[in-house]
Amino acid sequence: MTRLKFFLPVILFMGLALLLWRGLYLDPKELPSVLIDKPMPAFALTTVDDESVSNADLPEQIFLLNVWGSYCLPCLIEHPTLMRLSEEGEIPVVGVNYRDEQDLALDWLDENGNPFAFSILDELGRFGIDLGVYGAPETYLVDAEGVIRYRHVSVLDETVWAQDFLPAIAELRAESGR
Amino acid sequence: MEIAAALKKALVLSLTLLVLGLSAQVSAQVDTFQFDTDEQQQRFRRLSDELRCPMCQNTNLTGSSGGTAEDLRREIHRMIMEGMTDQDIEQFMFDRYGDFIFYRPRLRAETVLLWFGPLIFLIIGGFVAYRIFRRARTLGEKPITLDESEQERLRALLGNKQKP
Repeated sequence: MTRLKFFLPVILFMGLALLLWRGLYLDPKELPSVLIDKPMPAFALTTVDDESVSNADLPEQIFLLNVWGSYCLPCLIEHPTLMRLSEEGEIPVVGVNYRDEQDLALDWLDENGNPFAFSILDELGRFGIDLGVYGAPETYLVDAEGVIRYRHVSVLDETVWAQDFLPAIAELRAESGR
Repeated sequence: MEIAAALKKALVLSLTLLVLGLSAQVSAQVDTFQFDTDEQQQRFRRLSDELRCPMCQNTNLTGSSGGTAEDLRREIHRMIMEGMTDQDIEQFMFDRYGDFIFYRPRLRAETVLLWFGPLIFLIIGGFVAYRIFRRARTLGEKPITLDESEQERLRALLGNKQKP
């Protein structure tokens, strides 16, 4: 008993040190999204091609919602991955053109290729606020019922796809029994 | 004389331009929102001072020139002008950005440790300190008595120095 009392401060210290040590390696940029397990916010907007879109136009299967902009350099880094996913038909990708100018967005898609089923035009960032976006790139995983299930902040490359998205998608599929 | 006057004129002109240019640069960072009342303006100030910019962490909305912060300030202005209360506006922000958006997070199950953690540590520390002080005092008050064997040991420890 006295032995335990003697070592108690050391044990407490080690616990605290371990906790803080772990804290050093957490990414402060990775904020949990409040919208996880909530339906995608209602919208009635236009695409970058001036077609009107609303929630009814979203794919009726699991899809990615990717927040991008022509000004956004990391978006170029993840672009090949998005292209591959959409070209190989692995998963549909819907874009949110966040705080951009329509002309520049269209030029960007022309120049680099368009992986998006469609891109929602959000020049004023109003839809981005409803999504809780704080900067491109961000990618949401949305299920067939239009419920947001996962969010990734910053670049979605092949590593992130394999490590984070594939397991999350497998889990969703297992859940819905498909 | 004429040259001096012309120089003076040029100096005054360039200084004026400089001051104008500087003030234009300073005001370039500030949004110009129109309010009907001073009270609305004060609420706007308070809200954008107390809400955190989600993009550029450790800055409030007032101090941030980031895009998202700009959008959020515009939204706050819109909501104030639409007659929403401060609680409504804070709820709007919470629904989208969560606890992170508040510099003063709400008291919830997830934030209890954040609010009361320091207090818990203070209580533990205070209790330990109290125990130590109490023990020290009782030790000080009690007259120290040694029995035979202890006397013997003390003498042995002090050794030869005690002998004359």
